[in-house]
Amino acid sequence: MPSTIISIKIGAEAGQGVKSAGLMLAKLAIRSGYHIYNQIEYPSLIKGGHNVLQVNISKEEVTAPRKVNDFLIALNQDTVNKHLTEFADGAGLIYDSAAKIDTSKVPSTVVLLGVPLSKIAKEAGNSDLLINTVALGAVTAVLGGNLLILNSLISEEFGSKGDEIVKVNVAAAENGFKYVTENYRQHLKNSLSPLESLSNFVPYMAIDGNESVALGAISAGLQYAAIYPMSPISNILHVLAENQEKFGYIYKQPEDELSAINMAIGASYAGARSMTSTSGGGFCLMTEGYGLAGMTETPLVIIEGMRPGPATGLPTWSGQGDLQMILNAHQDDFPRIVLAAGDAKEAFELTMKAFNLADKYQTPVVVIIDKNICENAQSFPLYEYSDYRIDRGKLTTAKVEDYKRYASEPSGISQRTVPGVGNFFIANSDEHDEEGYSSEDIDNRNIMMEKRMTKLKTCKEQDMEKPQLFGPEDAEITIISWGSNKGSILQALKNLDGVNYIHVNWMSPFPSDELSEMSSKSKYILNVECNYTGQMEKLIRENTQIKIDENFLKYDGRQIYPEEIIDAVNKIRSKK
Amino acid sequence: MTKMSDLQTPHFPNWCPGCGDLNIWGAFKNAAVKEGWDSSNTAIVAGIGCHGHIVNFVKINSFEGLHGRALPVATGIKMANNRLNTFVFTGDGDCFGEGGNHFIHTCRRNHDLTVLIHDNALYSLTTGQTSPLTAHGFKTKSTPQGNPDEPFNPLTLAIISGATFVARAYSGDMPKLTEIIVEANKHKGLAVIDILQPCVTFNKVCTHGFYQQNTYYLEEDYDPTDKHKALERASEFGDKKIPLGIFYKSDRPSYEEHIPQIKEKPLIETPVERSSAVELFKKYT
Repeated sequence: MPSTIISIKIGAEAGQGVKSAGLMLAKLAIRSGYHIYNQIEYPSLIKGGHNVLQVNISKEEVTAPRKVNDFLIALNQDTVNKHLTEFADGAGLIYDSAAKIDTSKVPSTVVLLGVPLSKIAKEAGNSDLLINTVALGAVTAVLGGNLLILNSLISEEFGSKGDEIVKVNVAAAENGFKYVTENYRQHLKNSLSPLESLSNFVPYMAIDGNESVALGAISAGLQYAAIYPMSPISNILHVLAENQEKFGYIYKQPEDELSAINMAIGASYAGARSMTSTSGGGFCLMTEGYGLAGMTETPLVIIEGMRPGPATGLPTWSGQGDLQMILNAHQDDFPRIVLAAGDAKEAFELTMKAFNLADKYQTPVVVIIDKNICENAQSFPLYEYSDYRIDRGKLTTAKVEDYKRYASEPSGISQRTVPGVGNFFIANSDEHDEEGYSSEDIDNRNIMMEKRMTKLKTCKEQDMEKPQLFGPEDAEITIISWGSNKGSILQALKNLDGVNYIHVNWMSPFPSDELSEMSSKSKYILNVECNYTGQMEKLIRENTQIKIDENFLKYDGRQIYPEEIIDAVNKIRSKK
Repeated sequence: MTKMSDLQTPHFPNWCPGCGDLNIWGAFKNAAVKEGWDSSNTAIVAGIGCHGHIVNFVKINSFEGLHGRALPVATGIKMANNRLNTFVFTGDGDCFGEGGNHFIHTCRRNHDLTVLIHDNALYSLTTGQTSPLTAHGFKTKSTPQGNPDEPFNPLTLAIISGATFVARAYSGDMPKLTEIIVEANKHKGLAVIDILQPCVTFNKVCTHGFYQQNTYYLEEDYDPTDKHKALERASEFGDKKIPLGIFYKSDRPSYEEHIPQIKEKPLIETPVERSSAVELFKKYT
């Protein structure tokens, strides 16, 4: 498709700084007034292997990666070999001409821009670590970017490491920039020159879902987080750990996920706004605590960042195979609120919302994200949440006469209290009566089960939101999907007529009537998911009469590309 | 002021007559009356097993969690509100089978909790199977040919893992147990009390008589600050050679004392407010 997006892919071994170089290029773009979408792909190891990061830059909003690259920056031979089929028309290859990199297999239409990256790096500071900075200077020159902005980014990035480090990095970037300007004048583009409207300009953030979840939690008044490290959510805990003293909450690394969820439940029982986070494998361990929070009616926010399974699966790749687990895990029924974010901004907003819902309904709230959301950065204006109000629900810290923690209420929601204020209650994993005493009485069991489950009905009436519709109301083909597929579908819609998109955020309670109403005009429904069995399709079939005409399912761990959505739509059209 | 009647719930213990749990229950209530523990200053966490029923028989705020998970719940409570005296009631199966990993890490971190282990060397609520503390060769429903596994020693495990107050008591000596519970709660850091108790239904060897004949108290001049000595004495076990008392005490600061966020006041005493993250957002521009 003709693209208004410039895609630059940087490839190197793990440990060569692909991520930081990509982020710096993205920041250079946003400070020059552009939108970005960064896609990072890497294997599960720390040194070696093949890491790539694609920076997508556009004057318009960009929400997905592309299958092709306008520039490939190869810091090693592997990068050249592995991406030979991904060159866009008129693409260029920037490679280290001082290393023995073989370009003989590169298609002849590709412009070869050899730059002695390692030689320039050596001259600037005698360090391999500088190679990516030289490459940044080189690509900035090719794209027509502003060297001063790049230099100030370098100063910010390396400032904490001392003036000498800043100096050599600036020299490395400048020399890379200079080499390209002097040797490839005829190939210089104008894709990254600062836009004219930059006066009074507040740059966007280049932010990923992990960072957004952490900032959302902090913004929502987080008090306690216990999170065991796991790809792809570890960066949530890094951001939380770093900022805990400043904001006054506690982050704790527990010994395992069992402990993580139980610590978070204990803190919440004691009155703290509390959360945990994990990926599918860790969630398996948390399953018992998930139901414990439901049974004891303890508020809890759980962020589940999906990656492909089963078992260890593909640790650093993305998938959407945990939906049915999250909707069904744990023995017997309890009210669970399950939300799914479609991008970093939604992850921020749903995390904040999840804390209020957990407090209001006194039950676990899961926000599902996936590796693409967790780790791919996108440009957004600074998040605005001035209309957010903390809602702690029916929580009292005053002494109440004749207090009954689990008293029956039409809404299912009883008055909650905390230990230490003198209101006696037991939070009991056994079935219990209104005060929390263990009880196996038949009538009590029925009352308590119904009370707990009523909360979900109340939530459906008072808080559940309908799916979001993108594109025309009346369309020939309707795509239904969720999670990070949103970005690629929206990007594809820009190139498709007669197609709309229904994006589902609420999984439990499920907006059955709303989705039925929204899709009632649809003539042909394409369900798009990254799992083998169509877990969202199952959910739709369980809750509605909607007929899904076709599934597009992908389970190889790789992101769905806009090109694949367009192909899928074209295929449907050719059949009709 | 806590009166004995304040602690009474509508439910009388359903433990077997003669069970050591009854003594532990009594000793704890005696300690609570002595020290003024109630729902305004104390929280109890229990695991799953016969011991866990105690939440129904003591009128103080409590949390009965899942099998093996009492310690992490208590840890979360303590970090959120370090003003609460936080007691963990757990059993030898609960604490060392399902919860073994939590035990060593809770010791290592030295959270300011008091852990009372109802140690009857059996799984009794599931009608008598072997536990990690059951003696080698002992016949149970799950080891009818005799237990092939060696038990481990909860005291040396606690000391080596980093607990800073480690004691052993016998449930039948309620005055002494009361005293140790009070001492343990006063200690700043993780206090572990291994409480030997009979299972009158499923353990016909370790009876009240057995413990009365085979236990003795550490000497008056015993020095609990000597870690090597503590390990040595805690390793003693045999006919008429089961020592009781406080084996080890160290003044290593508790976990909670290391956290600046709760230096002034407990976490939950600062009301939840919307925070401004604008400064953090700017890092991403």
